[in-house]
Amino acid sequence: MSKKREQNKAVYGTGKRYWERLRSDLIRDKWLYLLLFPGLVYFLVFKYLPMWGLVIAFENYVPYSGVLGSQWVGWKWFEYFFKFPSWTRYLTNTLILSVMNIVFYFPAPIILALLLNEMRSLRYKKILQTLLYVPHFISIVIVVSITFVIFGSSGIVYKLTEQLLGHSINYLGSPDTFRWMIIGQTIWKETGWGTIIFLAALTNVDTQLYEAAMVDGAGRLRRLWHITLPAIRSTIVLMLILRMGSMLDTGYDHLILMANALNRSASQTLDVFVYQQGIQQGQYSYAAAIGLMKSIVSVILVVSSNKIAHAMGEQGLY
Amino acid sequence: MTETKKQKKVRQESSGPVGQNATVSSRIFDVLNYVILTLIAFTTILPFIYIIGASFATEYELATRPMFIIPRDVTLDAYRYIFSSNKIASAFGNSIFITFFGTLINLFFTVTMAYAISKTRLRGRNFFLNMVIFSMFFSGGMIPSYIVIANILSLKDTYWSVLLPGAISAYNMMIVKNFFQGIPQELEESASIDGCNDIGILWKIVLPLSLPVLATFGLFYAVGHWNAYFGAMIYMSGAREKWPLQVLLREIIILANASAGDLNAMDPNFVQPPEQSIKMAVIVVSTVPIMCIYPFLQKYFVKGVMVGALKG
Repeated sequence: MSKKREQNKAVYGTGKRYWERLRSDLIRDKWLYLLLFPGLVYFLVFKYLPMWGLVIAFENYVPYSGVLGSQWVGWKWFEYFFKFPSWTRYLTNTLILSVMNIVFYFPAPIILALLLNEMRSLRYKKILQTLLYVPHFISIVIVVSITFVIFGSSGIVYKLTEQLLGHSINYLGSPDTFRWMIIGQTIWKETGWGTIIFLAALTNVDTQLYEAAMVDGAGRLRRLWHITLPAIRSTIVLMLILRMGSMLDTGYDHLILMANALNRSASQTLDVFVYQQGIQQGQYSYAAAIGLMKSIVSVILVVSSNKIAHAMGEQGLY
Repeated sequence: MTETKKQKKVRQESSGPVGQNATVSSRIFDVLNYVILTLIAFTTILPFIYIIGASFATEYELATRPMFIIPRDVTLDAYRYIFSSNKIASAFGNSIFITFFGTLINLFFTVTMAYAISKTRLRGRNFFLNMVIFSMFFSGGMIPSYIVIANILSLKDTYWSVLLPGAISAYNMMIVKNFFQGIPQELEESASIDGCNDIGILWKIVLPLSLPVLATFGLFYAVGHWNAYFGAMIYMSGAREKWPLQVLLREIIILANASAGDLNAMDPNFVQPPEQSIKMAVIVVSTVPIMCIYPFLQKYFVKGVMVGALKG
């Protein structure tokens, strides 16, 4: 720190000279500061003002009195949440969904990337990629709409299960199917796009390794297991860290579209709770307190999973 | 000697994980791989094909025939119905409006800030950079943002509430900044000798060199605006005439389907479920614009993701 200050002194001078220098630099770059201004205002208003607004988690915020004028209540909302008997349900729903996401969705792009990497015809590979990336660009509202049209009571899948099983399954309004529908939609929408980062990592594999392995008589699966997979190991670890950091994020914009009264016992996650309490019922302070708790736990999760990655000898996120 | 296209193809296909020795087990692996991947790709696009086909079918056929891709009686009734009232058309117009002006705002804010911050001589640059990076890791969250936009700035029920809050994606801005830093300094210096100020240099020298980058991020931002519903849903709940297509779609397909007592059905604007083929047609209409720009997207997105992956 002090070394940096020394350097600054050497470059910019001290005392009176420093201020003169600063003034002339500011005047020289006046047009650059003008260009910086809109973005700076954006970050202050839309990113840092809400961070300051988190103080409402410790207040009884009433829009009429404003953030500064509302009554200070300290830890009330946090205590209130943990006294609330079903708070564990929100947490377990969140964690179950996250764990299912890691177990079922996370490996999907890796497997797909490995399969694509084994394609013999490059042209056919391109065609497949073109098709596989499409759902990523479709809005979540349309994905859920398509699900409703196909799995709803007049939809094709609903009717087919009725014919095959002899009884119907309420795909959209049952806690048992809710999580599978969410995971299924995520897999359908994002698996193809998720391959890009792994395919990029795979282009860096030294092809001589494959030739050497072939000389040693390694078949396709062995080469896949011993060369290709280790080559993308650090990318996999990196993606896993990112995923761990958002363990408590269940994607509110996706979930609130699929949530309804019938699947409530499975669909109420912390994200949905924040939305329902805050936006729908106007309990701003209560919802902000839960949101704040979530953000803090997320930061802890990122830092600790990064530590674990370092311990495993991987580069990690930072 | 230059290698012919065919030779190049052979070389590319024989190196790498595939190998050129066509043993029996390797062949079996190939066949399985082709079959599995083709099935996966087919599953990916099957819902679209089905929806497009069904949107041209009659209600009777949808109710009686268990499954089909191409309808027996092709009818345009569903499309005629949705364009008979101007509800869909006006939401479509709103979406185009939001996407167009939203993207312009995105590009303006992103480019100006990225250019200023790309100059290492700028005093306070590290402070501004750290400010941007910190916001990528920690945010105030949904509720404080809502309070700032709805209560402090009073943007509720205005287009500003969906145009401004996402004006800069910190991640995109950093990539554009890195790109600007890669432009040779000499080009800009020669312009400043000719009496151009920083804004002139950005406009006349830097931007013309950055058109592919602008196209990439413009497309990303545009797709984001077209697909967004959450902001419009919570900030413009009282201004139905300003709703974009996605919010309307949510209402007429998702809310109409949900049973009474649903958390969403408390919505005062609850509507009766429309016919199946009409829902399909609405989905098709909302997806068409994305499909139209998909070829352009495809040209740029891999590049964009790669730049981000390497330098971000």
